[in-house]
Amino acid sequence: MTKRIDFQTDPSKYRHWRVEYDGPVAHLYMDVDEKGGLFDGYELKLNSYDLGVDIELSDVVQRMRFEHPEVGAVVMRSGKDKVFCAGANIRMLGGAAHAHKVNFCKFTNETRNTYEAAGAESGQSYICAVRGACAGGGYELALACDHIILTDDGSSSVALPEVPLLAVLPGTGGLTRVTDKRKMRRDLADVFCAMEEGVRGQRAKEWRLVDEVVKNSQFDQTVAERAAEFAARNNRPANAEGIALPPLERSFAEDGSVSYSLVEVSMDRDAGVATVTIKGPDTPPPANTGELHAQGAQGWALRAARELDDAILHLRLNETEAGVIVLRTQGDPAAVAAHEAFLLAHRDFWLANEILLYWKRLLKRIDVTSRTLTAMVEHGSCFAGMLAELIFAADRSYMMEDEFEGDNRPTATVTLTEGNFGPYPMGNELTRLQTRFLGTPEAVEAARERIGEPLEASDASDLGLVTFAFDDIDWEDEIRIFLEERASFSPDALTGMEANLRFAGPETMETRIFGRLTAWQNWIFQRPNAVGEDGALQRYGTGQRGAFDMRRV
Amino acid sequence: MLDLNNVSYDTMIPNNVGLSQDRRVLKALEKWHPGYINWWNDLIPQNFQESLVYLRTAVSVDPKGWAKFDYVKMPEYRWGILLAPAVEDRRIPCGEHAGQPAWQEVPGEYRAMLRRLIVIQGDTEPASVEQQRFLGKTAPSLYDMRNLFQVNVEEGRHLWAMVYLLQKYFGRDGREEADGLLQRSSGSEEAPRMLGAFNEETPDWLSFFMFTYFTDRDGKMQLESLAQSGFDPLSRTCRFMLTEEAHHMFVGETGVGRTIQRTCEAMNEAGITDPYEIDKVRALGVIDLPTIQKKLNLHYTLSLDLFGGEVSTNAANAFNAGIKGRYMENRIEDDHKLTGATYPVSEVAGDVIRVADAPALTAINMRLRDDYTRDAAGGVGRWNKIISKAGIDFELKLPHEGFHRQIGVFAGVPVTPEGRVISAEEWEAKRAEWLPTRADGDFIQSLMVPTFETGKYAGWIAPPKVGIDNKPGDFEYVKLHMA
Repeated sequence: MTKRIDFQTDPSKYRHWRVEYDGPVAHLYMDVDEKGGLFDGYELKLNSYDLGVDIELSDVVQRMRFEHPEVGAVVMRSGKDKVFCAGANIRMLGGAAHAHKVNFCKFTNETRNTYEAAGAESGQSYICAVRGACAGGGYELALACDHIILTDDGSSSVALPEVPLLAVLPGTGGLTRVTDKRKMRRDLADVFCAMEEGVRGQRAKEWRLVDEVVKNSQFDQTVAERAAEFAARNNRPANAEGIALPPLERSFAEDGSVSYSLVEVSMDRDAGVATVTIKGPDTPPPANTGELHAQGAQGWALRAARELDDAILHLRLNETEAGVIVLRTQGDPAAVAAHEAFLLAHRDFWLANEILLYWKRLLKRIDVTSRTLTAMVEHGSCFAGMLAELIFAADRSYMMEDEFEGDNRPTATVTLTEGNFGPYPMGNELTRLQTRFLGTPEAVEAARERIGEPLEASDASDLGLVTFAFDDIDWEDEIRIFLEERASFSPDALTGMEANLRFAGPETMETRIFGRLTAWQNWIFQRPNAVGEDGALQRYGTGQRGAFDMRRV
Repeated sequence: MLDLNNVSYDTMIPNNVGLSQDRRVLKALEKWHPGYINWWNDLIPQNFQESLVYLRTAVSVDPKGWAKFDYVKMPEYRWGILLAPAVEDRRIPCGEHAGQPAWQEVPGEYRAMLRRLIVIQGDTEPASVEQQRFLGKTAPSLYDMRNLFQVNVEEGRHLWAMVYLLQKYFGRDGREEADGLLQRSSGSEEAPRMLGAFNEETPDWLSFFMFTYFTDRDGKMQLESLAQSGFDPLSRTCRFMLTEEAHHMFVGETGVGRTIQRTCEAMNEAGITDPYEIDKVRALGVIDLPTIQKKLNLHYTLSLDLFGGEVSTNAANAFNAGIKGRYMENRIEDDHKLTGATYPVSEVAGDVIRVADAPALTAINMRLRDDYTRDAAGGVGRWNKIISKAGIDFELKLPHEGFHRQIGVFAGVPVTPEGRVISAEEWEAKRAEWLPTRADGDFIQSLMVPTFETGKYAGWIAPPKVGIDNKPGDFEYVKLHMA
């Protein structure tokens, strides 16, 4: 898999989805092109999907938020006759490298979470209208919706057949949402998850697998009624006008470096380090919401978020040997804080709110990125507000202290804002500072009192905001030694260690999906019972069953 | 001691499975029975329900004399549960368990797969009765009407056979599936039948004959492969169903043959030698041969679709599990496991159709379909003999496997009946030459006038050479109740 996977797409390029807009309701049809797989060697039969299909869905969901604020209900359904969706393509999974599988699952999980949250956050609800077989990842698509309607035609069913059929788990939140979101009884869930054929008709409702079961002849009408009801909950004004999300300006260099307008990714492939630098705004914030709207995707906060998002996804899928991501910023911290303050002050304007919500999603994406994340708070940097969150998302952070010889950039500071105390919670629903100071909640309060102050290294260090502060004498050596040491550790052990340390505090459905479910799934994906030569995943489709090592581990 | 050859009539449900001693299953079946009778009564027009039909009823599973013929009102037909005699020390014929003793109980690991196979098979049985429900009204003779009803009651019995397996071996789920078989209904918007071809109406008698020849033959092939199942009760059930199924194909083959016969006779009487003088031939009140070819093209290709994808995981799984074999599995000389074997399967690359070797396990459907095509070719040859005997220069042909397909590698690929890939536009332009048009259907429909007088036959179809049960063609096969 050497070709670069591109996360940028737009409706003119879709091969697998189509959207029809009908005022406050959008109709989203999944109609996967069998021959449109991202890689060779498999056909996307029965509306099964691969990463390419999910990249399009992610694009649909993102554009729905920004380009179509008038939409209050999105009805997801199949564009095919007899099948809703058969889930992730098994041959693709059977042929994919482990890292690709994991990244694929992570991305699909993020996309599910994104549209799952859209209803509560923006009043843009997703309704799943299930006709035909809805199995595995197909049912997981449905599970992430706000409302599931199943037709009672005697054959349409919902199922999670991974265990009996493939010897793996439903890896996109299926197991977790069945119990945590739909609150299905655990013994019935055990029955459900161990059956290939799934559940149809009234029983699906009785078992809480779907919200309603309707007669086939009343299906379309019920779906339309429900769509209208949900659409009425849209908390954006009906006449809100969307903004366009044009293609990102970016260029790729031979050494792997990527340049965007505000984000630079420089690659040191030999050292396994990717350095991501984000530029702060060089213009003042918009004067009013009209100007914010007029700037659209060119406004600093949205543009930086889109570029950083794309850079992170690119590194995840295309630069798997970059074990360390160094996060840098350059610019005026006061300007960053001012831009953020403008958005926070105008949260009742839909676009301001959406930009903040996007930063929330983006920071969560960084939280679950399985690379060593290191924030470098250098002179001239602009770690304020949402950018300061990068320090708290990082596994550790280094800050320059005092003057550096020959460096005339403004002294390194960290600037806390209201943004660091609420609007960008982690998956555990705590802020990054609350998570950081789980045992010393008073430290959060102490930090809050310093909102707005450009904190230099000693203050930031005292407040516990950075890990290390080094002066000119130590800086270079300490950084070099850290990076070299990191490069010598087992990447697997690091991934496990970092993921465990990042998410202190309470469990939520989201942390359970990314933590427990994903970890179990990734373990199973490594085991011979699934991926060995005679494992179930390798043998799937040959007619032969997997041969299992029956010892429990 | 159970007499497993002869049928016991001591319960409401005639059977040779010792039902009176199996209270649990008997209770389940008796509970299901009223729903079945309702289904039947709602289906067939009332005056036919009251009529006395000269039907055969299975009274034994002895191949030498298994049925008796008598006048019966259809709702009083004794739909029974009949299994072919057990074969001593039968072994699982194929797959990873080949050679082990056949299962007498459902193996837990294959329960879901077996149930699915039985439900799909069971779903087709009542579907065809539903598709054919209005044909009685336009029967070209009492003889044909009787054959229709015979096919109908036996499809009903085949439904019983599948329901018995579901209720006996699959517990609560099986009972629910049995109920589902009565809830779904052909062409229903609420709950259609599972397979597409079984949701199309059978609009006229030529369609009925084509259906029984081509589509019931798919049923035959499926039964043949289920008769090879390592799950012995399924095998025995299907083996007996096959003895009945033969009659359905006979009805199809002779029905089409008699239609051709009559057309050729009428052409000769009128001195028409060119089969393509369609208007002239139609003016004689018979169905022209090119239209019969078009009907053949349609029904044959729809039936090919019923075999599923050429390369199929489900088929591979079922074979490897030993729950569904190949046609005549026991006569094939190989290892019956097929783990390393290959089988040629067609594929389309651009506008070239080529054959490539696929793993034989995954190509089980393809193989069965090839067997089907060979089987179906026999009757076509006999039809052509009728035409050549009449001195008419015309030959019916089975179209290429890629023509007019909705499922598998050829789905949506514009292939001519000769097997050439052409452009979609060209194909559409030729469509009316290859497949029946609405006008063709209207013409056939115009010939469908009932002929209910004993010994009389509609003008578009020849009488049979011999009747049923050695009765003559002018026997009163149905004593019509004309209230």
